[in-house]
Amino acid sequence: MMPDPATAADAVVLRRVTASYGGSPVLLEVDLALAARQTHVILGPSGCGKSTLLRCLTGILVPGEGTVTVLGRDVEPASTPGQREANHATGLVLQDGGLFPHLTARANVTLPAELNRWSPHRIDSRLAELEGLVRLSGTLRDRYPRALSGGQRQRVALMRALFLDPPLLLLDEPFSALDPLSRTELQHELKSIVAALGKTVVLVTHDIPEALFLADTITLLDDGRVAQHGSGPDLIRHPASAWARSFMQAAVPRWRHLLGVLDGEAIR
Amino acid sequence: MRRHRMVALLAVAVGVAGCSTPPDRPVVRIGSLRDVEGNLLGELFAQTIESAGEVRVERRLGLGGTGVVLAALAAREIDLLPQYSGTLADLILRRPALTSFDSIRVLARSRGYDVSGPLGFNNTYGIGFRRVVAESAGVRRISDLRGRPWRGAVTPEFEQSVNGLASMAKAYGLTLGPVRTMEHALSYVALARGDVDFVDVYTTDATIRQQDLVVLEDDGGVFVRYDGLILARPGFAAEFPRSWAALAALEGRLADSTMTRLNSAFEIERRPAADIAAEFLSGLAPPSGGPVVVPRQSVTAGRWGRLTVEHLLLVGVSLAIALVVGLPLGVAVSHRPRLAKSVLAMVGVIQTVPGIALLCFFIPVFGIGWQPAVYALALYALLPVVQGVITGLQQIEAGLREVAAVLGMTTWERRRRVEFPLAAPAVLAGIRVAAVINVGTAALAALIGAGGFGTLIVTGLALNDWRVVMQGALPSAGLAVLLHLGFTALEARVVKWR
Repeated sequence: MMPDPATAADAVVLRRVTASYGGSPVLLEVDLALAARQTHVILGPSGCGKSTLLRCLTGILVPGEGTVTVLGRDVEPASTPGQREANHATGLVLQDGGLFPHLTARANVTLPAELNRWSPHRIDSRLAELEGLVRLSGTLRDRYPRALSGGQRQRVALMRALFLDPPLLLLDEPFSALDPLSRTELQHELKSIVAALGKTVVLVTHDIPEALFLADTITLLDDGRVAQHGSGPDLIRHPASAWARSFMQAAVPRWRHLLGVLDGEAIR
Repeated sequence: MRRHRMVALLAVAVGVAGCSTPPDRPVVRIGSLRDVEGNLLGELFAQTIESAGEVRVERRLGLGGTGVVLAALAAREIDLLPQYSGTLADLILRRPALTSFDSIRVLARSRGYDVSGPLGFNNTYGIGFRRVVAESAGVRRISDLRGRPWRGAVTPEFEQSVNGLASMAKAYGLTLGPVRTMEHALSYVALARGDVDFVDVYTTDATIRQQDLVVLEDDGGVFVRYDGLILARPGFAAEFPRSWAALAALEGRLADSTMTRLNSAFEIERRPAADIAAEFLSGLAPPSGGPVVVPRQSVTAGRWGRLTVEHLLLVGVSLAIALVVGLPLGVAVSHRPRLAKSVLAMVGVIQTVPGIALLCFFIPVFGIGWQPAVYALALYALLPVVQGVITGLQQIEAGLREVAAVLGMTTWERRRRVEFPLAAPAVLAGIRVAAVINVGTAALAALIGAGGFGTLIVTGLALNDWRVVMQGALPSAGLAVLLHLGFTALEARVVKWR
């Protein structure tokens, strides 16, 4: 019997998960336990397997070996009948929002409730509530995604993910396509929203400052393996390997070098 | 008010039909080539049989070219038709070397067909020159053509026939210039304009007199005789002896000059075939094709309406079949890329078959007329429809399918709410292309007797009348443009999100 690091308070548990994509392994023996009501960032360079890990949590990808448990239930393939109820526990936001282009903002946001046959009245009041929460103007409701800005699209996507009030939010590089100002603004808002609602968040990114700003824990992935798991300050002060150190070093802003005001204190 | 008149008309029509056609009499279907002589002779045979009072007659005149009428006879779509001894020997008996009428008749009878004696005229091929050209060049016989690269325009039939262009050039040792292939309607115009030096003519053709052409003497005796005759399906004479006897009374009564006069009355003077045939049968000679010019009849509004309905039905029904087959087919294969590829390759091959060939492939199965045309058009419309579905479904971003799965949609919910709407623009574009292609191809369907605007095009070509051709060509072009605009507007309405 293997030692089990997971506790009842963990929302997401992966045990020796190995997953392949197109024949080549993308995740290798990943063990991970993520506590509830915290924000967990999966960090790593492109192609390290972080999006694959997220797909294992939704059941879109079934790992070849190992088990994935979300909120106390083993994840089944997303297409399994009866999986719908389990899916209510998860809200998903993709890089470009993952909004359906043929539906208006309102129709996108209310789709989860419509599939579950909520009453129109209940849908309307939840819609208004969420518009206040993510600070989206009600006048944008009837626009198609094409006619929204990148930031507006991400707010709409967040509303849709939150509509059924799921305990778990999954975000796959949600802000990487935004300009720096909207990105910073949305990062702040996401942080306050999940704190206020007490959601468990798993967020995938390759943006180190974003990870440091949002994360309670960071899981650093390197080529399908967990290189290090810990808090942001942990990863900076005590990198587990030369690779982890060099990856985290990459976050030192280059413009300081240019200005000749190198300040290594914060990193070293 | 209008409705009352319609009802009255219907009542009259039903009444007339009821009087003239007692339902107990069997039906005989008469076909013919779509040319002037075919239409006239067919009408003449029809009235002759009607006067015998043994059967009812259904006229299926002007069916198409030789291939189509022979296929119709073989498929028992028609019972009898006017034919020629040369065609009978060459294309039915496959014995082009047979030349004497009696030996052709004996062989045809031994194969079961009923064949009348010669009607009297020999409508064989001839080479026509403009009189001024022939006289200035001193050309009177075909052998006079040697040594100069004369330019010509000949019908496809003359070009293809073993008794046609090739054997003429070989027998006389001619080195001709460029010879183009076109229908008589066009070749006579080309000759009049001086674009070509000679055309092939039929020796009873009314145009010879009208355009004052010189028909060169076949001094080498190359052109086989095309004696007019009546060809009936096996068993016809035995089944309907009185009708066959009445037809036999026509033997020998139609000399070359008589046939040319009848053709002229129909083609040049534009008199109804029924009147010409009736006058001939009552012993009255029709007026000679002199300077009498009767105004041409334009297509009536009623006929236009009928042709429009026929055309729209051809396009609509074939498109509906293509949708019923193509939409589920596309959906079924779209998520299996390799299968989708081979299905597309298959319907793509169908698409590369020329429209007219595809139309003809169905004649052995469904005969001629509306049905084979609809199936051929449906096959033709299949590629754009299937391609639209497959393209539309395959181009959906994988992320959107993942979101749908995470939202817990069932397969059917995912299709109805996400995949079908997202594929709709490509599917609608495919349907639009299919509809527009079919309007054009349906114009060809008249060649196998399916009706529609093509009827006017085919008739116009057969009767050498450009205005009739345009009356069919313009509305079918207009219909294609209208459908294109209509579908484009529909796409804009359905796809508001793009």
